[in-house]
Amino acid sequence: MAVTVSPERDTVATPMQRALREALYAAAISFGLFVLFIGLKTGQNISNELVLTTRWGLLAAVVIATAVGRFLYVAYGQPFLANQKITDVATGLLPASVASRFFQLPAFIVALVAAVVLFAVNSSLVGWVGAEPAGYLQFLRALSVIYVLACVIYYFRGFIHANFTKLGIAALILYPILVVAILSLMSWSFVGGLQGSLKWVDNFGIQILIYVMLAWGLNIVVGLAGLLDLGYVAFYAVGAYAYALLGTQYGLSFWILLPAAGAMAAFWGVLLGFPVLRLRGDYLAIVTLAFGEIIRLVLINWREVTNGSAGISGIPKVTFFGLMTFNVSDPNYVAKVLHLATSSAYYKIFLYYLILALALLTAFVTIRLRRMPVGRAWEALREDEIACRSLGINTTTTKLTAFATGAMFGGFAGAFFAARQGFVSPESFVFLESAIILAIVVLGGMGSLVGIAVAAMVMIGGTEALRELDFLKQVFGPDFTPELYRMLLFGMAMVIVMLWKPRGFVGSREPTAFLKERKAVSSSFTKEGHG
Amino acid sequence: MQYFVQQLINGLTLGSIYGLIAIGYTMVYGIIGMINFAHGDIFMVGAFTALIVFLALGALFYSVPVVLALLIMMIVAMLLTSLYNWTIEKVAYRPLRGSFRLAPLITAIGMSIALSNFVQVTQGPRNKPIPPMVSQVYNINGISVSLKQIIIVVVTALLLALFWYLVNKTSLGRAQRACEQDRKMAALLGIDVDRTISITFIMGAALAAVAGTLFLMYYGVIAFSDGFTPGVKAFTAAVLGGIGSLPGAVVGGLMIGFIESMWSAYFSIDYKDVAAFSILAIVLIFLPSGILGRPEVEKV
Amino acid sequence: MNANPVQKAASGMNDAILQVDHLSMKFGGLVAIGDLSFAAKRGEITALIGPNGAGKTTVFNCITGFYKPSEGMITLNRNDGSTFLLERLPNHEIPARAKVARTFQNIRLFSGMTLLENLLVAQHNKLMKASGYTVLGLFGFSGYRKASAESVELAKHWLEKADLVDRADDPAGDLPYGAQRRLEIARAMCTGPELLCLDEPAAGLNPKESAALNELLIDIKNTSGASILLIEHDMSVVMQISDHVVVLEYGRKISDGSPQSVRTDPRVIAAYLGVDDEEVEAVLTEVGDEDVIEQLDTGPDAAHGPGTSSSYLAGPVTDTVGHSSGERVTVAKGASKAGQVDARSLAAANKAASQAAVPPAKAKPAPKATSKAATGTAAKSTASAKPAAKTGEISNRLAAPRGGKADNLTRIKGIGTVNEKKLNDHGIFHFDQIGAWKKADVEAAEAYLAFDGRIAREEWVKQARLLGQGRDTEFSRRVDAGKVATSHASAKTAKAASGKTASKTAAKPVAGKRGGGK
Repeated sequence: MAVTVSPERDTVATPMQRALREALYAAAISFGLFVLFIGLKTGQNISNELVLTTRWGLLAAVVIATAVGRFLYVAYGQPFLANQKITDVATGLLPASVASRFFQLPAFIVALVAAVVLFAVNSSLVGWVGAEPAGYLQFLRALSVIYVLACVIYYFRGFIHANFTKLGIAALILYPILVVAILSLMSWSFVGGLQGSLKWVDNFGIQILIYVMLAWGLNIVVGLAGLLDLGYVAFYAVGAYAYALLGTQYGLSFWILLPAAGAMAAFWGVLLGFPVLRLRGDYLAIVTLAFGEIIRLVLINWREVTNGSAGISGIPKVTFFGLMTFNVSDPNYVAKVLHLATSSAYYKIFLYYLILALALLTAFVTIRLRRMPVGRAWEALREDEIACRSLGINTTTTKLTAFATGAMFGGFAGAFFAARQGFVSPESFVFLESAIILAIVVLGGMGSLVGIAVAAMVMIGGTEALRELDFLKQVFGPDFTPELYRMLLFGMAMVIVMLWKPRGFVGSREPTAFLKERKAVSSSFTKEGHG
Repeated sequence: MQYFVQQLINGLTLGSIYGLIAIGYTMVYGIIGMINFAHGDIFMVGAFTALIVFLALGALFYSVPVVLALLIMMIVAMLLTSLYNWTIEKVAYRPLRGSFRLAPLITAIGMSIALSNFVQVTQGPRNKPIPPMVSQVYNINGISVSLKQIIIVVVTALLLALFWYLVNKTSLGRAQRACEQDRKMAALLGIDVDRTISITFIMGAALAAVAGTLFLMYYGVIAFSDGFTPGVKAFTAAVLGGIGSLPGAVVGGLMIGFIESMWSAYFSIDYKDVAAFSILAIVLIFLPSGILGRPEVEKV
Repeated sequence: MNANPVQKAASGMNDAILQVDHLSMKFGGLVAIGDLSFAAKRGEITALIGPNGAGKTTVFNCITGFYKPSEGMITLNRNDGSTFLLERLPNHEIPARAKVARTFQNIRLFSGMTLLENLLVAQHNKLMKASGYTVLGLFGFSGYRKASAESVELAKHWLEKADLVDRADDPAGDLPYGAQRRLEIARAMCTGPELLCLDEPAAGLNPKESAALNELLIDIKNTSGASILLIEHDMSVVMQISDHVVVLEYGRKISDGSPQSVRTDPRVIAAYLGVDDEEVEAVLTEVGDEDVIEQLDTGPDAAHGPGTSSSYLAGPVTDTVGHSSGERVTVAKGASKAGQVDARSLAAANKAASQAAVPPAKAKPAPKATSKAATGTAAKSTASAKPAAKTGEISNRLAAPRGGKADNLTRIKGIGTVNEKKLNDHGIFHFDQIGAWKKADVEAAEAYLAFDGRIAREEWVKQARLLGQGRDTEFSRRVDAGKVATSHASAKTAKAASGKTASKTAAKPVAGKRGGGK
């Protein structure tokens, strides 16, 4: 692939020439796109009028960066990728993959040493080199740790692939313990460890697991039955508000309210599903979206019941099966009972295991249901609805059960959400949430539980991690909030991942019954359903 | 009665804006069968472009006649927004064409998130108000009709007429309709399908940009999050009218506009969106393909 | 209503498992099926054949509940004596309760599922009951485990029968075409049907695969006790294995009997191969064919739509019906080849009879003769069954042309050399003879020439009068100028065309989209 023919001029253009041309196009297009938005900024002056300020430097930087990037890609990137697919004439082997070139032993050792050293001198770092370089060094340390872990995973990838599920569950169960342990070691105190773990367990662990559960719930509707539901957040909201209202009015325990919330959500699932299930494909999508919006708007406006935008607060915390509570002032506060130091981390850790249990329940039920006739009927429905009808399957009730089951798990997740926050408001249930959950399901690979979990971890964990980049404040100045870029990068990441793997991370489906051996079915055979 | 006519005029104005956006949705769906979720944000980008041009004109020239300013805003907005849509189609949708139906949907959602946050990041998260461009109000028999509303309706009508001509009487329109019916066959007959689809996206974006400019003129304020709600409502309008049908998009837009203004005038302003969405659901239950839609065919 | 099963054995004759009575299916103006009645006997293989567009798949869709028929009754009599009216049952209850299974013309497999899973889905209802509607199964109830194992055994049994057991764990989409067809049949059999409806099972199969299919179907008939109703084009399959054949043309039954009798039925042959009429080939471009079928307009009759379904949950028929928004359709008058054959044979019979009676030159006034078939088998949509025709004769026949010189009848638009010869044989030589025809004569002539309505439509009488008076028509000028391939120029060539373009309006499109609803 060293040369390409350009039909207009009957001459061959080298990659360099093509790259140059492409770079110029890219520069022109990015100029057009960004001249007004990056080049000029609308701001408010002292008299509160809107005025424009210019940022030509930034514009120039962006345009040049785009052009250079495109140039490099076309000149080097494309030929490289093409060569990766061509076997060497002499040996008959494909060239070494990018991954194997990336994870080399010498680099591994260097990274390991760097990480250990930087961990050791952590506390005195600022004093030695100053705040700004210390920030960079901490970032470097984080990168080294990631590289080391990646090397390890790469080395054991065969083993990991074979036992992924078991390892995954083990990792999830051990996660809080490990975090507390590591952080305690780093700060030489148990309490310090607990406090430090708060962020990791709550913002990362619990947040990710909530999305995992929601995605597993939506998986039943979209991934298994092929019904495109864009309003899944409605069931999440119903569960959350049901829990909040019943919890604040009647003070019932979590363990009673959880099934109640699930039942409410399932009921709504049937109610909403009944009239709309005769719609196909994209019409079903828009109607479910409409329902999601209706529920949100009703929550905002029905102030007498839902307290409007202010939301419902004061939701009681979950107790440890009624034996111990997590309120510091209670007599049976967990720390007092177990003679431990007081910390708000206990509640978070408990919640973590609670959501883990709920998520695993969702997964378990999904796996069992897939083996039942109803699960198989869902998948058959996704493949070909008319064939299902010709086999005597009542497609309407089948669709309704998928809807209701998915809704029920959404309701459970909502109840948990309410208990964790202590407070619910309609702003948590916008369409964007439905979109994110759907994206996770599709990115993970429809119907694949493991793929969806990985996708959730990557997407949600990735965006949460972006909050950690505060050190960049030192680079770009105090006005720079990496937070703002979170969603921008999230959106772009969605686009990039879909372009890279249109069928999701996991490109195959596990059959639920086999005569001789269980062979994975490539997802090029599975259909995505028309509702 | 006068109140009713007043609301009718309000509804007509709103409906025109929704109709312009809805056409973009429906054209793209008709030709490649994809719901372009980013279209609402394209509308917002168009509005922002108009805003920046407005401010630039104000800064560069001492005073510019309103009509000229509006014209320049619209043209620049149309050009740049079309560039956005063209780029998005080329980069994000074209590679995914034809295979998995959900993949372009997710990409569109990602693009929508990226666009609105791009504007937020580059222009700041606050609302952007502008001084009123047109403030004249006419009073006819107790019904007050503002010049803004007249401009919106007139511009929309002109554009729709131009558009109708384009689609029905030119070879481009014919190529578009051919691609809608059978893409493979159109390609075999020599139609450049990629170019036709690109042009469809460009046309949709141009209309959305005009809608954005008019929206900015009408309400006098725009924010980066303003892409979502009009976008969803315009999408609802397109589906209500029968997605894939151009007159359906206009009809749907007008319907949604009327429902909104009537409901907020006679019942409660809070639930106007609920009313619009509920009507959509009810109509679809009885007319599964929308009002003017073609039923989806599946041969047994 | 419950037939006594013992009666069947005693009578020694099979009773009908499927009884179709006066079935009619209309889509807008198109009659896809018109007044169809037939019976499929228990334990037999009944084949439904006919040229494309005859309405066979429409019959299937009516039987299996994908369409609601406009009129008629479809009765299914199960082995245990219970009967079901299939036109009343909702779509999914027909396989479940009436035990009717079907395959599709375009294969509809669950391509993302393995072969085994495909067959397990077919046993859905049975397994649902066994799992206590999932609840019991979820808790590992033993009854479900047993049922599950049995269903796998049944699936394996059918996979072996269909010779697919080696690939049981492969995705169905991965199979070659012939194997996919067999899988579809195996899947249908796993529902435990008493009537198996197969829509073109041999389509796309090579002779070896067809033979294997024959074996499979005969095996099914003999061992599983299911009766088979199949649509087929492949005559080797039809003739070799069917016990009973029903032939459709344009939605009407034109033949019904054993394979042998159907094979030799001239009406069936005509339907498939066309009528032996040289003139049709020759004159096609010049005169234009008959009224053509323009475009397909289908849309279920609202009066028989889902509103009358017995289940509220039944989806709209539009979900499944393939139709386009279009214009009216009519089937051509005289399009039915079978009808033409009937007309031909009738005319021949009449001719023989009349010649034996030595008719005078001026015949008796011809009674109402028709050119249509005796029984209502022709598919003219506006036709009603006419009673048996009496022999018609043209009144002004001559024994020989006057002066020994016949007129050039081909100067009449619509008469080519062949028709001219026929008319001459029948004693018509001159324009004034045709010009003097009355209605009865016209009908008699049409009966003789075996086409309906053309004489009137093309205004032969009027043209003949003009030409008989010595005047010319556009067409005759062209004939004289030698510009018409199917006519021979006559002596009157003097008036050559003076540059006027002969723009007769008969430039009808020859071949539009032919095909009524299937």
